[in-house]
Amino acid sequence: MQAQLSTKHLLGIKYLTEDDIQLIFETADEFKEVINRPIKKVPSLRDITVANMFFENSTRTRISFELAEKRLSADTVNFSASASSVSKGETLLDTVNNVLSMKVDMIVMRHPAPGAPQFLARNISANIINAGDGTHEHPTQALLDAYSIREQLGDLAGKKIAIFGDITHSRVALSNIFCLQKLGAEVKVCGPPTLIPKHLPALGVGVEHDVRKTLEWCDVANVLRIQLERQDIKYFPSLREYSQYFGINKELLDSIGKKIIIMHPGPINRGVEITSDVADSEHSIILQQVENGVSVRMAVLYLLAARK
Amino acid sequence: MEWLKKLLNKHLQFFLVDCLLPTTKLPTFPTFAPMSNGRVILPTERFALTIDRLCHQLIENHDDFQNTCLIGIQQGGVPLVNRIHQRLLEITGIPRIEYGKLDITFYRDDFRHRSKPIRASVTEMDFLIEGKNVVLMDDVLYTGRSVQAAMSALGDFGRAQKVELLTLVDRRFNRDLPIKSDYTGIRVDSLDDAYVRVDWQEVEGEDQVLLFPQKED
Repeated sequence: MQAQLSTKHLLGIKYLTEDDIQLIFETADEFKEVINRPIKKVPSLRDITVANMFFENSTRTRISFELAEKRLSADTVNFSASASSVSKGETLLDTVNNVLSMKVDMIVMRHPAPGAPQFLARNISANIINAGDGTHEHPTQALLDAYSIREQLGDLAGKKIAIFGDITHSRVALSNIFCLQKLGAEVKVCGPPTLIPKHLPALGVGVEHDVRKTLEWCDVANVLRIQLERQDIKYFPSLREYSQYFGINKELLDSIGKKIIIMHPGPINRGVEITSDVADSEHSIILQQVENGVSVRMAVLYLLAARK
Repeated sequence: MEWLKKLLNKHLQFFLVDCLLPTTKLPTFPTFAPMSNGRVILPTERFALTIDRLCHQLIENHDDFQNTCLIGIQQGGVPLVNRIHQRLLEITGIPRIEYGKLDITFYRDDFRHRSKPIRASVTEMDFLIEGKNVVLMDDVLYTGRSVQAAMSALGDFGRAQKVELLTLVDRRFNRDLPIKSDYTGIRVDSLDDAYVRVDWQEVEGEDQVLLFPQKED
């Protein structure tokens, strides 16, 4: 078994091997034990400085990364686009190079443009972690989703996982598809035809438009948010109609008659894609996902720091 | 010690001293070893005697082990702590002695400087060490860096009353840090290139300690 990642950056799940993912999970297991101790901190990254550069809004991911960095004893600097020189017209590369000249070792970046981390990786030497780039990938979210499923069901091989909602605009969906498939799981997506990209079957992903049929098929339902902020045109008549046809509620789940694990990457629009009684039910592992986010991100930071 | 190291480098492939053993007789070993593979420096029978002697030394200092816990450093210290714990129970008849496994991977000061990365192992410490006497155990004491990392890791489980170190093999001329073991199985004087391997009945099928001229692949 390998002891280090095959890559220097985490740009997307697409560039990881199955062994990389397993290594991240096994390391995350150890960090999960660490953060459940009375003293939740280890000194591994005490000589590392990490810049969290968020060119797009975030709460969960940002706090999760920051906690992960602090629990590894790294020094952190935070940056958000709204309060920076980006609004004065500075280019991405200039901004990042300015931060790097202050001796920063790793960059965690969220950016609205797909491919922005790839562009940086070609031009700078620091390790880059993609914390979401537009509608492209959100690798750490996919890793923590798969890690949470693994915690519930054991090995992912052969498990049936359905992703519901706005697939077209979701970076979480694409990263999840790559990650789950690399681990041997079967993936289906379900949503209105306007919100499912046409090329998905080419990735080996099943496409379904009937929520009940998909729920009957799957072991795990990962429900995504409707990303209204990325939708420039109307993809469906109204949110009310969407929730009637594609929302998941308690009555629907109860009528299936088997245990389905409910996941959601957040933020939840309660009453749209998922009702409150489902989000808060015992089948939901939404808060475990958030908890696992810290240990998985600690594992990613730790393993990338080991790659000089 | 510098003059001795120079002498060793100049004249000998191996030079082995095993002395100051309080309860067993002084062993004698051939001074020269074949370069091709490892040589047994602690055979099975003496291995068992050494473990028993270490147990008795522990009993001398810790009496009924009421306020003592044994902690093995991952990975080499784990079979050692298992064996010593089991023998202590057999010898003393005490029903329960606290023991745990401590992984130090995340506490190492050299993880970004090593040529080969190390994988993390499990930490199993279901107790706090606040106010307790801790006996840290590792199979081979070499540079002392693992022990240093283990001591910073221990800090996260409380403030121990006292920390002692037990090692099966002490390579006493290869230290980078001022660290000494309180209980020692055997002492080995070897060159920096040499490599000491400890085999365990439950893992490799035989209890023995081997000395290699170079690290195996």
